[in-house]
Amino acid sequence: MSQLLGIPPQALFGQLLLGLINGSFYALLSLGLAVIFGMLNVVNMAHGALYMVGAFVAWLLLTYAGVGYWGALILAPLVVGLVGLALERTLLRRLYKVDHLYGLLLTFGLALIFEGAFRHHYGVSGQPYPIPDLLKGGTNLGFMYLPTYRGWVVAASLLVCLGTWFAIERTKLGAYLRAATENPTLVQAFGINVPVMVSLTYGFGVALAGLAGVLAAPIYQVSPMMGSNLIIVVFAVVVIGGMGSILGAIVTGLGLGLLEGLTKVFYPEASNIVVFVIMAVVLMVKPAGLFGRER
Amino acid sequence: MPEGMRATTARTGTAMLDIADLHGFYGESHVLHGVDIAVRQGEVVTLLGRNGAGKTSTMRAIMGIMGKRTGSIRFQGQELIGMAPHKIPRLGIGYVPEERGIFSSLSVDENLALPPVVKEGGMTVPQIHALFPNLKGRGATQGTRLSGGEQQMLAIGRILRTGAGLILLDEPTEGLAPVIIEQIGVAVRALKQRGFTILLVEQNFRFAATIADRHYVMEEGHVVDMIPNDQLHANMDKLHTYLGV
Repeated sequence: MSQLLGIPPQALFGQLLLGLINGSFYALLSLGLAVIFGMLNVVNMAHGALYMVGAFVAWLLLTYAGVGYWGALILAPLVVGLVGLALERTLLRRLYKVDHLYGLLLTFGLALIFEGAFRHHYGVSGQPYPIPDLLKGGTNLGFMYLPTYRGWVVAASLLVCLGTWFAIERTKLGAYLRAATENPTLVQAFGINVPVMVSLTYGFGVALAGLAGVLAAPIYQVSPMMGSNLIIVVFAVVVIGGMGSILGAIVTGLGLGLLEGLTKVFYPEASNIVVFVIMAVVLMVKPAGLFGRER
Repeated sequence: MPEGMRATTARTGTAMLDIADLHGFYGESHVLHGVDIAVRQGEVVTLLGRNGAGKTSTMRAIMGIMGKRTGSIRFQGQELIGMAPHKIPRLGIGYVPEERGIFSSLSVDENLALPPVVKEGGMTVPQIHALFPNLKGRGATQGTRLSGGEQQMLAIGRILRTGAGLILLDEPTEGLAPVIIEQIGVAVRALKQRGFTILLVEQNFRFAATIADRHYVMEEGHVVDMIPNDQLHANMDKLHTYLGV
């Protein structure tokens, strides 16, 4: 079996793995967007920039403080989360009573500022970030070669996504979150401090982006524009999955990553647009998205 | 408000809930115009009045979930105006909103467990199930898949868990079948016997008459009359005029 539908299996599985990796990042990022949109009604255009900040924090920690990958895996999401908290408390909070569009514009502006600032200081060429020693090398699975780090990224992303899903759908804290997404006033009238919950939700959502940034650093280079390259596809993922749907974000993220990979094998010319074609079709057939609920 | 009623309010200096000259606003619109209400511990008091008289707004003002409020709302001596909205229920006030507020993304059990316990001595889940047998065995059902009456029971039941001593019930009988209304009535009377203090908004004064100690009548954002339940029959004509029924 050296050929599969006229494609060497190495190429097929290679692209599928690449698709799975991309899908992991789509899932992590669209998950954060979904959580934020559900609770804050903000289309967080700064998400890609904060993903980039996460990667840069990891690189800065390594370059200037000697803190390695594992430390950065904890610290960078924390830093990004705190940045998010500050943004929510000082800026986003003022926009909840006005149209969605203002939140989108504000966060888009923030994205430009973050990207501009990093481009100014570090230039557009990417900074390399080494793979941690523990995750170097790879395994020959027979039908393909699996680099350890890439396997780790897929596993870690899946774990974080499922953990987040569990926390939101199956715990008391998650019940507060779901209830406050539906009717924040009533949840407040039960004695929950909803504004603090909203801040923490935004902080958590962008911390996920920061975490994705650290995971991405050794695969893609750490560059100021890495977020804006990714975020447009991620928004398409969120729309396809259904705005605000947690499970939708995870499943669609991974699924579309794989589909992109497959397209690269069978019809490479379409690989850049396949996600958007699917988005158009889904919007025509099911405007609320695959997992979304009509509002 | 007539002078005599002011005096009544003043005499109940030990009221659990004491609302004086309450004004309330939604944005620019001024909806409450000097509401005066006093509720003593253990009483069931209704707010009667036509649509738009300010009954629901009074409840929302107590919970701190309306725009601007002025005047005074004292609960067990503590002033609620100016207090952060999430702290008000923590004093022991439970709110059952008019639209019931059952969460569709939560199961029946999750809805029941949602409001945090704020005081000791709240009812246990088996006790709540005994009061509302319809909720038993429905725990995994999506909250909004219950019938209207069951949702009302769930909305009341989840507040009983919290240990709140004062319960604000906004139109619990609205849109329900007579047999369900009867069931809610039995439950509210049981709550009264357990010592709960209840402020009840009702359009259906026949229902109100079966459970309340006193009735406040509201018109155009303030209280225009107070009728003790034992004088309700003597005041029927007046009440018909107030409510336009």
